Amino acid sequence: MTEKNIIELKNITVRFDGDTVLDNLNLSIRDGEFVTLLGSSGCGKTTTLRIIAGFLEPNEGEVFFGEKNMNGVPAHKREVNTIFQRYALFPHYNVFDNVAYGLKVRHVPKDEIRERVTEMLRLVNLEGFAKRSVAKLSGGQQQRVAIARALVLKPKVLLLDEPLSALDAKLRKDMQVELRNIQQATGITFIFVTHDQEEALSMSDTVVVMNEGRVQQIGSPEDIYNEPKNAFVADFIGESNILDGVMKADYTASFSGHTFKCVDKGFLPGEAVDIVVRPEDVDIVKPEDGMLRGIVTTVTFLGVHYEIIVDIGGFKWMIQTTDYAGVGDTVGLSIDPDAIHVMKKSKYSGLYGDYSTFSDEMEEMNQMSEELAEEFAEEIAEERAEEEGAGSAPDSESGKE
Amino acid sequence: MKNRSFLQRIIGAPYVLWAAIFIVVPLLIVAYYAFTDPAGGFTVDNIKNLGDYGAIFRDSILYSVAATLIALVLAYPFAYVMSRKREKTQQIMMVLVMLPMWMSLLILTYSWMNILERNGIVNAFLGKLGLEPMTLIGTPAAVIFGMVYNYIPYMILPIYSVMSKIDPSVLEAAEDLGSGGASKLYRVILPLSMPGVVSGVTMVFVPSVSTFYISQKLGDGKILLVGDVIERQIQAQNNYNAGAALSLVLMVLIILSLALMKLFAGEGDDNLYV
Repeated sequence: MTEKNIIELKNITVRFDGDTVLDNLNLSIRDGEFVTLLGSSGCGKTTTLRIIAGFLEPNEGEVFFGEKNMNGVPAHKREVNTIFQRYALFPHYNVFDNVAYGLKVRHVPKDEIRERVTEMLRLVNLEGFAKRSVAKLSGGQQQRVAIARALVLKPKVLLLDEPLSALDAKLRKDMQVELRNIQQATGITFIFVTHDQEEALSMSDTVVVMNEGRVQQIGSPEDIYNEPKNAFVADFIGESNILDGVMKADYTASFSGHTFKCVDKGFLPGEAVDIVVRPEDVDIVKPEDGMLRGIVTTVTFLGVHYEIIVDIGGFKWMIQTTDYAGVGDTVGLSIDPDAIHVMKKSKYSGLYGDYSTFSDEMEEMNQMSEELAEEFAEEIAEERAEEEGAGSAPDSESGKE
Repeated sequence: MKNRSFLQRIIGAPYVLWAAIFIVVPLLIVAYYAFTDPAGGFTVDNIKNLGDYGAIFRDSILYSVAATLIALVLAYPFAYVMSRKREKTQQIMMVLVMLPMWMSLLILTYSWMNILERNGIVNAFLGKLGLEPMTLIGTPAAVIFGMVYNYIPYMILPIYSVMSKIDPSVLEAAEDLGSGGASKLYRVILPLSMPGVVSGVTMVFVPSVSTFYISQKLGDGKILLVGDVIERQIQAQNNYNAGAALSLVLMVLIILSLALMKLFAGEGDDNLYV
C-alpha cells in the first residue's frame, strides 16, 4: 500500500428522478488498498462503484484516476474492471472464451491469450474447466470465472459489487479468504461493496460506512468498531448500547445516573453526547459492587455466550457474558473506562433506542399491536357494559364458573 | 421423460388429434394430388411440368429474400433501441408495432394500392412539386415494399423478445472488459440475439415466398410469383394436381432454405437462452 491516491471522488452528487442518491461525496482510495463500501441497500454504495466503473455519470463532481480527470470517459476506456453481483458471464461463451474476452478485444496474440487464460484459470482453481459451458457451473465456479475474467486484464483497480451475496455461508467464508489472498498476492486495489458488516470488517484495510448517500465514517475495521463516529455507525456495526450522556470534564462522562471515568476528551464541559458501550465490554457483578444496578428481563443462550437484557431505569441494556444470570435477578453492571466511547451528537442521535426490540420493524409492530390491544380491550369492556345493561348478568356469572 | 403417466397421455390426446387432422392429413392430401392425374391415376408428370415455372420460383425466392433482408436491417436496430427503453416506452412502441397487425392484410394492401397508383397520393404530391408522375405500382420495388411493410412486425417481435431478455449487466460486463459499441454488438449482442433473428427471418421469409395477394395487387398483375400460379391453377383452371405439385415443391424449397439458414446461423438452434 502506498500513500498515492489511485482514485479520488470529489463532491460527487447523483440524483435519480429528483431523489438524491449521492450527496456531495468525497472519497480517496490509495493504491493497493482493500477498501470496502459498507451500507444497507439504498445507501449509495453501488452507485459509487458504478461511477468509478464509468457506467454512470455524476450530476455534479469530479472523478480522478491518479491525476487524470475521468469525467466523460466511457467504461470501456477505463483501466478498472468489475465483478458483478450476478457475475454477468457471457452465456454464449465457454469458460475459456469468457476469460479471454478482454484480451481478444485488445487483439492480444492468440498464443499469449492461451497462456494468460490458462494461468488465470489455475489461479482460481478452474483448471480443466476451460471448455465447459458457463451455464453448467455452480455459483462458486461462476464466481471464479468472473474473477479470472477481470484479473486476466491486470487492472489497476478491481471493483466488486456484492460478489459473494449469492453464495451459501460456508462457500462465502472460503471466497472471502480467497479474495483477500488474491488481493495481497497481486497488489491490485480492491473496491468491494457489501451490506455485510462482518465481511467488511474481516476483509478490508479500510472500511467506508455509507448511509443516505453520504460517507458516515472512513477508517480501519478496528477504528470503525471501536471508535464509531456517530450513532448510525455504532448501531450499524455490531451491537451497541447507545445512551444519552453529558461530558462533565475531560475523561469524565455521566450517563444512566452515574458518573464514569472514560478515555475521551476534547468536549466542552457539560456538552451533551452519545455514549456507546459494546455489550461484550460490560461485566455482570454483584448488585452492591456494580456502578449501575438493574433487573434481568431476558436471557438468551447463544452457545459462545449468553445475551442478557438488563433493565436499568427503563433503558434495556444488552450484555454479552459467559456468566449466567436468571430472569428477574437484580444485578450490578461494571464498565471499564476504555469500554466507554463518547461521540458528538449527530442527526442520528436518539434514533437508535435500547434493546426492547432488535429491529425498527418490530418496534413499529409492537406499537401497532399495543394500540390494537387497547382498542380490543375497550371493545370488550363496551360489550360487557352492554350485556350487563341488558340484564344478562346471570350469563356472565355462569361463564365464570 | 419417457414414462408418461396415463393422465399426461389423456391431456396430450386432443393436441395430437388436432395436429393429425389439421396438419398431417392435409399434407397427405396435397401429396396425393401432386402425384395423381385428374382421373386419379399415379403420375409424376405434375412434378416434371414444374420445369416451366423455374423463372417464377427464382423470382419468388429473390423477392422474398430481398424483403427479408430489408426487414431484418430495419427491424434489428429498432428492436435493440426498443429493448433498451423504459418499460412504459417499450409498451407504447410494442402497440405501435402491432397496430397494423390488427387490420386485415387485404385492407392494408388495398390502401397501399391507393397511395402508390398512377393517380394516387404519392403521385399527386409529386405533381404539386412540378415533378413527373412515377410508375410505382407494378414494379418489383412495390411488391418487395408490400412484403416488408406487411411482415416486418413478425421480424421485430421475436428479435425484441430475445433482446429484452439479455441481462443488462452482461452488456455492462462487455463494456467493462473494453468493448466499445461495435465490438459489443459483434461479440455479445449479435450472438445472443441470433435465435430471435432466426425466427424473425423464418416468419418473414415463409409468408413472403408464398404470398399471392401482395404480388397481385401491388404488382398490378405484371409480377407473377409462385403463390399466384398456385392460386390460378386451383381457382381459375381448377387444376388441383398442378397446384398441389407447386405447393409441395415450394414447401420443400422453404424447408431447405430454413435448414440452410440455421446452418448459417451456427449454434443458434442449440442456444439455451431463447
